[in-house]
Amino acid sequence: MLIKKIKIILKEFQYFGVGLFKVVFKGKKFFYIWMSFLSIMIFIGIIGYIYQLKEGLVVTNMREQVSWGLYISNFTFLVGIAAAAVLLVIPAYFYHFNPIKKIVAFGELLAIVAVIMAGMFIVVNAGRPDRLWHFIPLIGSLNFPSSILAWDMLILNGYLFINILITTYIGCSTYYGKEPNKRIVIFLILISIPWAVAVHTVTAFVFNGLTAREFWNVSILAPKFLASAFCSGPALMIIIFQILRKVMNFEIQNRAIFKLAEIIAYAMAINLFLMFSEIYKEYYSATLHLSSMKYLYEGLNGHNSLVLWIWIAIFFNIISFILFLIPKTRKNFFTLNIGCVMVFIGIWIEKGIGFIVPGFIPDSLGEIYEYIPSINEIMVSIGIWGIGAMIYTLFVRAVIALDTGKLRHPYYQ
Amino acid sequence: MNDKMSRRDFLKSVLGASIYFLTGCSKELFQKRFQEMSPEEIKQMLKQLQAEYRKKYGININVKATPAIKGVIFGYALDLSKCIGCRRCVYACVSENNLSRNVQIHWIRVLKLKKGVFNLEKSEHYYNPKIVPETGYFYIPVQCQQCENPPCVKVCPVKATWKEPDGVIVIDYNWCSGCRICMAACPYRARKFNWREPLLLKDQINTETHYLGNRPRMKGVVEKCTFCIQRTRQGLYPACVEVCPVGARKFGNLLDPRSEIRYIFDNFRVFRLKENLNTNGKFYYYFSLGWR
Repeated sequence: MLIKKIKIILKEFQYFGVGLFKVVFKGKKFFYIWMSFLSIMIFIGIIGYIYQLKEGLVVTNMREQVSWGLYISNFTFLVGIAAAAVLLVIPAYFYHFNPIKKIVAFGELLAIVAVIMAGMFIVVNAGRPDRLWHFIPLIGSLNFPSSILAWDMLILNGYLFINILITTYIGCSTYYGKEPNKRIVIFLILISIPWAVAVHTVTAFVFNGLTAREFWNVSILAPKFLASAFCSGPALMIIIFQILRKVMNFEIQNRAIFKLAEIIAYAMAINLFLMFSEIYKEYYSATLHLSSMKYLYEGLNGHNSLVLWIWIAIFFNIISFILFLIPKTRKNFFTLNIGCVMVFIGIWIEKGIGFIVPGFIPDSLGEIYEYIPSINEIMVSIGIWGIGAMIYTLFVRAVIALDTGKLRHPYYQ
Repeated sequence: MNDKMSRRDFLKSVLGASIYFLTGCSKELFQKRFQEMSPEEIKQMLKQLQAEYRKKYGININVKATPAIKGVIFGYALDLSKCIGCRRCVYACVSENNLSRNVQIHWIRVLKLKKGVFNLEKSEHYYNPKIVPETGYFYIPVQCQQCENPPCVKVCPVKATWKEPDGVIVIDYNWCSGCRICMAACPYRARKFNWREPLLLKDQINTETHYLGNRPRMKGVVEKCTFCIQRTRQGLYPACVEVCPVGARKFGNLLDPRSEIRYIFDNFRVFRLKENLNTNGKFYYYFSLGWR
């Protein structure tokens, strides 16, 4: 009996595996070019990481004064993407906005990929990756509830699990030619929405709780993180959806895309407002806490390596806000895409390098050490973005094959 | 309770064994956390550690794990009107505590400030004159303040750092995962990171070491000042106190009314750095006015 059952299960896996392989790895010329390009990125990253493992983190430009850099910047940004990807779900299920319903799966997949990438950035940032098992509850020695980093680890993994559960459930039902049970899906989604907010809030709290860093120790941080996440996440998705439409012949309605653009406009308004409130508070009170902000926006004692970047970010954020606010430019694909690229770059600077690095400048004993990522850090980061893009590409191909019926259980075809 | 512990140990051993076979890594990778070891296990581990050091450095390094003395909480006081900024403490610390010579790590940092100013952002970290003290300037040495509310311990995600019963904040270098959040959390820049394999010269290694203190560290972990626990737990002064040529550094048991540190409290007005952060450090500054 048991052997027979195992045989059946194995057979099922075989069907699925072969079917998946056929639809996911076989494509047109463009697909292979894209995959080779990503492979090169990953290769660069692996070389960089091997070198870093061998020599130690000395190959980065992080030092005692600025002890976190490009890796944690990317981590913060990606947690934002992950949180915002689930935002898509809200209009789809609460307001029954059907055009978006179809693309919810892509958002969930993006959340999964973003969390995986965020995790990889944590791994490469660690001085002793061989000891990361210490983070595993019960087996290691997780400092819960005292350490917010421990909270972050748990909540990010929980988020990953929920999103994998949702997508696997929908995927499996489709594979067996069934309509997924709406009540189960909605139940899971109802959990995932507050969870998405929690994920980004806790990540903000990791920085927020460090009294030694005045630049981060501001109560506005968590709401600002959420606002900026709801800019960068949808912006990335708008671009992805257009590519999907073009390359994969997958139908996505314009209305869905414009709705996302509208969300960006609101979120960006809040983001800019919060940024302005922060700037006002620091500049008007003009205590010593101002130093980090001064370093960021205008340079401190002749040190100004971030000034150009942050003003590019502010310029991009304001222009994109205007583009998304005006219906005419929002619904014109040329201006829409310019806006999306601007938002993506603007937010990446603002809550990546432009957020992490000034926290350490001047350092807690008043020294200024200017941090610029090393070639090695950039190589490793490129590798992780490559891995993320590759996983997402394969995921998306599987989802589209499931949706269009190309990937089905033989019995239900 | 017993049942739970055994399951936990079981899980640990299963995970340990599986990763061990998968990666072929050394056994020290799955060493327990120091605070969870029994005295017997500590003994065993210290023996192993000494053998490892012998292999690595070719000399015998004595590693102890002397526990805190009961009824003792260490406190430190530094006389700012005496300090001449000679940095002898910095280098005494380097050789006593086996600090990496490349990348250079210093547990003590001496800041130079213009007289009349007490803003750390105006301080000079890399002053290098022929003769100290320079006229018109004064000096503030900063090291770990051994806080009673240590922000670094609070944030550590894996309990690799903690406050000992004698008030000293220590790190289990074999448990730290190198995430560096403690460095971001420390308001005194007391925590240092081994960005590469620390460089120690064989003939300059201090062979009298403590597991939680000055034993040679490895690449990728955080380290910090421990008030020289390898010395102070045996009744000696920290190296920086002993070396100070002007007697600006005072050290003692905060709980003993007749100690040097309590004498300072009774006779001078002390203050602490960044008192507003409520870290409650046990490192005090004072001015023995009129000395110069």
